[in-house]
Amino acid sequence: MSIDNCMKLSFAARSENEAFARVAVAAFVSQLDPTLDQINDIKTVVSEAVTNSIIHGYDNDPEGLVHLEVEIAGDMVSIVIRDEGRGIEDLEIARQPLFTSRPELERSGMGFTIMENFMDEFEATSAPHKGTSLRMKKRIESKKALFN
Amino acid sequence: MSLQVELEQQRNVLIVRLRGELDHHTADIVRFKMEDAILRGRCDHVVLSLRDLQFMDSSGLGVVLGRYKLVKGRGGRMVVCDAHDNVKRLFELSGLFKILSFYDNERSALAGLEVVS
Repeated sequence: MSIDNCMKLSFAARSENEAFARVAVAAFVSQLDPTLDQINDIKTVVSEAVTNSIIHGYDNDPEGLVHLEVEIAGDMVSIVIRDEGRGIEDLEIARQPLFTSRPELERSGMGFTIMENFMDEFEATSAPHKGTSLRMKKRIESKKALFN
Repeated sequence: MSLQVELEQQRNVLIVRLRGELDHHTADIVRFKMEDAILRGRCDHVVLSLRDLQFMDSSGLGVVLGRYKLVKGRGGRMVVCDAHDNVKRLFELSGLFKILSFYDNERSALAGLEVVS
């Protein structure tokens, strides 16, 4: 399917940018006329992924860059959030509900579970010392998409 | 995009009202303010009042769970009221729904705590 629209952003791994990233994606996706619930799902997922890159990928080092790409094709939104941080050694373990590598930081260990639940498709790839890439898709069955 | 924390003491109950967005960036302020108020004493229980909390992610779950453990460890209870559906959904997904009591508003939350205190 051809890509109707796309956007790319790269920003410093600072916690202030978590809100920036989710609001930017919400604003971009709003052209599909999503419901409030759909927008909230997407904001939550972006927040989870970006927070993971900042805390786990870069250990809060603002020198690190988080990359965000969003594509809209028809009624499908594809989001890629990627970092060049330390990577995840065992993705199977990381994806388990309530697992966290940083319990001392009061992490809930729910990030991956939320992303998998809120999106229609979810795929994670990671390599130690190279970084982590999360690819996710969600269908937005809005009025606009139905009538176009 | 930020978070305001409003604290109010009613007898032995600390009411914590969160306004704005609770994520990793704003979690620290909730942690510090609640911890300070709880450890300064005089309150046994906590009501987490979330009517004006527009957004929360799993970082919020972590900070709520942390404060729940603190309150429980001191023999108190923590309850949640007025949570938006999107916030409730995260509590459900994480299983926190089972260990925290949820109320529709502050009044019913306070009434619920009176019964056990």
